[in-house]
Amino acid sequence: MLNPGLVLFEEDSRLIDKELKKLNELARAKVSFLVDKDGQLISSMGETGDIDTTSLASLTAGNIAATGGMAKLLGEKEFSILFHEGEKDNIHISLVGQRAILVVVFDDRSSLGLIRLRVKRSVAALAAVFDNLAKKIEKSNAQEGGQSPFQEITEEDIESLFG
Amino acid sequence: MSFINYSAREISCKIVYYGPGLCGKTTNLQHIYKKISPDSKGKMISLATETERTLFFDFLPLALGEIKGFKVRFHLYTVPGQIFYDASRKLILRGVDGVIFVADSQVERMDANLESMENLIKNLKEHGFDLEELPYVIQYNKRDLPNAVSPEELNDALNPRKVPAYDAVAPTGEGVFETLKHVAKLVIMELKQKS
Ligand SMILES: Nc1nc2c(ncn2[C@@H]2O[C@H](COP(=O)(O)OP(=O)(O)OP(=O)(O)O)[C@@H](O)[C@H]2O)c(=O)[nH]1
Ligand SMILES: [Mg+2]
Repeated sequence: MLNPGLVLFEEDSRLIDKELKKLNELARAKVSFLVDKDGQLISSMGETGDIDTTSLASLTAGNIAATGGMAKLLGEKEFSILFHEGEKDNIHISLVGQRAILVVVFDDRSSLGLIRLRVKRSVAALAAVFDNLAKKIEKSNAQEGGQSPFQEITEEDIESLFG
Repeated sequence: MSFINYSAREISCKIVYYGPGLCGKTTNLQHIYKKISPDSKGKMISLATETERTLFFDFLPLALGEIKGFKVRFHLYTVPGQIFYDASRKLILRGVDGVIFVADSQVERMDANLESMENLIKNLKEHGFDLEELPYVIQYNKRDLPNAVSPEELNDALNPRKVPAYDAVAPTGEGVFETLKHVAKLVIMELKQKS
């Protein structure tokens, strides 16, 4: 297969969570989350209680994919920031490198200016985590197969999923 | 692409239902949604027109259980089958791990099936995928209709590689889980091979 899937290890996960938590606090946002461009949720922080983050992740990726398609038609490379303004809540979406999307939901306890500033810093920090991760995966692929938990999967394991 | 999260001990895979307009892709997802217990599924999202044609995609997240201590999630997507939605269709294939091609068994939809199959191959190519190497199964839907073509003829036209093919009647659920289960199995076996 051409593209390897995304693999996240515990220490990267911790770094991402920490950065998101910091962003969410300093930006005075409601929720901040990170989504893989394919639509999978990587991490979320803040008042996530009544939010369906799985659905939001998939729609965010769809949104980015659609605007990316629009950009191409216009001869733009991509729109790296999207902003949706609502009556109470606003959504700020930005690309993190080639792989991820950062989404910040905020209301009038914060402001677009503050969000922009904090997001810019976090995007840089998060991009570094992903660069590191990419390198690490390359290295482990170059060594040997690694010790993935899926090497020993049996037909029965899969059958059991469907009860 | 699959996403393996060692920290949350989760793995997610993306499965896409492809096929011509009105072949029954959305109906497949609706049946799965209806039958799966609430704690194994998330909300089903349908971005559709007023007349219930898929406009961008349907999305249904499933968390069926665990393998080797990892929670296994499948994210099911359908594409819009209508020809003029090609740009959206292409976007949905991003990062796909497995494909279900839903064919409409009715004789008058044979051209539409063939056109959609060619479109699938072309759009996958643009993402750098080769259908021949992807976990992939076919579903011959609408077997209940009197104008359905025989499975042999469908196989001749749409399945030269003889990948697994299932007969289905999506509104009653016939063949729906069989199809999903098979592609899910192929996706997980692929993960195993890659690891
Ligand atoms: N008789 C019969 N009708 C079916 C079957 N499967 C789907 N239908 C009907 O066909 C119509 C279209 O089904 P959808 O699931 O919306 O089709 P789709 O493939 O999602 O169509 P697009 O969104 O336009 O791509 C609906 O009225 C379904 O009830 C089947 O097996 N038999
Ligand atoms: Mg549909």
